[in-house]
Amino acid sequence: MITSDHYVALSAVLFAIGGTGFLVRRNVLVTLMSIEVMLNSVNLALVAFNRARPADHAGQMFAFFIIAAEAAEVAVGLAIVLSLFRIRRTVRTDDADLLKN
Amino acid sequence: MGWVGQVYFYVCAAVAVLGALATVVSRNPIRGAMGLLLMIVAIAGLFLGLNAQFLAAIQLIVYAGAIVVLFLFVIMLLGPSAVGPRDKRGLVGRTLGGGLFGLTMLAAIGVSFGKVHGLALHDLDADFGSIDAFGRVLFSDGLVPFELSSALLMVAVVGAVAVARGKQGDEAHPPPSGMPGLAARSPLRGALADVQAPRQEGHST
Repeated sequence: MITSDHYVALSAVLFAIGGTGFLVRRNVLVTLMSIEVMLNSVNLALVAFNRARPADHAGQMFAFFIIAAEAAEVAVGLAIVLSLFRIRRTVRTDDADLLKN
Repeated sequence: MGWVGQVYFYVCAAVAVLGALATVVSRNPIRGAMGLLLMIVAIAGLFLGLNAQFLAAIQLIVYAGAIVVLFLFVIMLLGPSAVGPRDKRGLVGRTLGGGLFGLTMLAAIGVSFGKVHGLALHDLDADFGSIDAFGRVLFSDGLVPFELSSALLMVAVVGAVAVARGKQGDEAHPPPSGMPGLAARSPLRGALADVQAPRQEGHST
């Protein structure tokens, strides 16, 4: 019997994977993809809770708006990656220290 | 949900975890993007199992159709330098910190799983999650955020174009050599210098 527990556990596992990747990896592209993994896991938890409490569609609506915000975030993030690459010729997060001095 | 639903859930969950691991672990960002695609498709499958047909379609269209393709475009644009140099500096600290975070999360799941009573997923009327029902809610209760999200997307598009385009004539008139990042333009700048020059420049000041 699949309960909401299973979905929430899966969501937490995915969130842990994404968070670990965000902390460990230094490639900007991989960092952005890790953020995607985390946001997807949150969407899964929202939809699962909405399925367990089907009085309205609040959870699915939240997930919908998260997807919209995610699209905007990726567009801006990748533009920043391109801009950083043009200035520094690198995709490492460590080299993005233009404001340091 | 009978055993078919269980098998469906576990298959989708395994594929999603595999895809997420591939995203995080793979050194080549293209493989990472493929792992992300795998995870997105698996989560769309889970959405279908959760009576969220509209969200499953949106997930496939927006994530798989737009976001992953955008990632691939940028990776192709950056070329081989998208992979980045392999660096050992701070590897122990990073691995320790990230591993601690991951282990803490997994331990929290392991401790709490089965102790709390999950909400049973009862059978529903077929209307729940259909495009008809979801659209009604979206255009009544969620109308204001819906309109605001259009403004958000508009701002994001304009901002992305403004940031990614840079100044006009960047290529024709490169900035003076005193500016950071331009020491990389030495005669050695080939395959090797591409990797090392930014690092030296970054620490010279």
